[in-house]
Amino acid sequence: MGLLEHKFNDNLVVGKIDNLIGWARSNSPWYFQFGLACCAIEMMSTAASRYDFDRFGAMPRSSPRQADVMIVAGTVTMKMGLRVRRLWEQMADPKYVLSMGSCASSGGPYWQHGYHVLKGVDLVVPVDVYVPGCPPRPEALLEGLMKLQEKMKKEKTLAKLAE
Amino acid sequence: MTRQEIYDRLLAQFGESVVAFSNEPFTQFIVIDTPAWYHIAQYLKTDPDLYFDSLMCVTGMDLGPKKESMEVVYDLFSMRHRHKITIKVVGPREDFHVPSVESIWRVADWHEREVYDMFGILFDGHRHLKRLLLPEDWEGYPLRKDYQVQEYYHGIRVPKIKPKKLAP
Repeated sequence: MGLLEHKFNDNLVVGKIDNLIGWARSNSPWYFQFGLACCAIEMMSTAASRYDFDRFGAMPRSSPRQADVMIVAGTVTMKMGLRVRRLWEQMADPKYVLSMGSCASSGGPYWQHGYHVLKGVDLVVPVDVYVPGCPPRPEALLEGLMKLQEKMKKEKTLAKLAE
Repeated sequence: MTRQEIYDRLLAQFGESVVAFSNEPFTQFIVIDTPAWYHIAQYLKTDPDLYFDSLMCVTGMDLGPKKESMEVVYDLFSMRHRHKITIKVVGPREDFHVPSVESIWRVADWHEREVYDMFGILFDGHRHLKRLLLPEDWEGYPLRKDYQVQEYYHGIRVPKIKPKKLAP
């Protein structure tokens, strides 16, 4: 705490509460494990020690009720699309969706001939960040998460929105 | 046993129910009359000289609206005698009923369900004939030649994508 030590009168900091909330949220984006295809391998690799998702406060969760971010990693079929929507509905607010890889973003290689593949997970749930790649490297997923963190930090929770 | 010997044996045993035989390279199969398939399958499984105890694969084939026919292909193998044979059953594209061999080879259970799922071929006598991979309320059978993708699935739009014309 060298920088901040003995700098404040009466331990008081003046700032916006939205900034505090944004700061808190953005540094604990617990993500819902949603490995559906090969992107899941990259997601696991990102979570492992070399790339270390944990340093952003991102913790893997297996229940939608404990998660803030849903990382849709992989090919979403029509059958799975309905489940994705249901799981998204089960997540508590505030919730974010990160679409990982070209399959989840647009259908990817199944764009034309995959009759059973959902052409983008944004047809069933609202997506905040798209990470392109087939599959994206862990660095790309980290970049996607950092973009999401920026979004979380800017978000207004209590303040009135400009009309 | 060679394929020729297996064919001769079946011909002697079942006569007209064995429709055709091909022994060309890459097209080696015996075509069986559809209603007789269950009894022939039982014979193939139980006869001590044939003893086809392993059903390796069940495949559906759609030959398209022009030829107006569908086929089910069974690949059999005998672990004891180390010989194999391919059996074909041919029928119409609509309302094609095939006797189920699920009670003879248990592995045919899911194989036949998959063929039903993709081609809509009905297996009579199957104890649990429903879709295997696709959701139960899916419309149509995707591996048919004239399959059209449905427009909506539970309110989710299925975009129609036309093939892109490549620049000359």
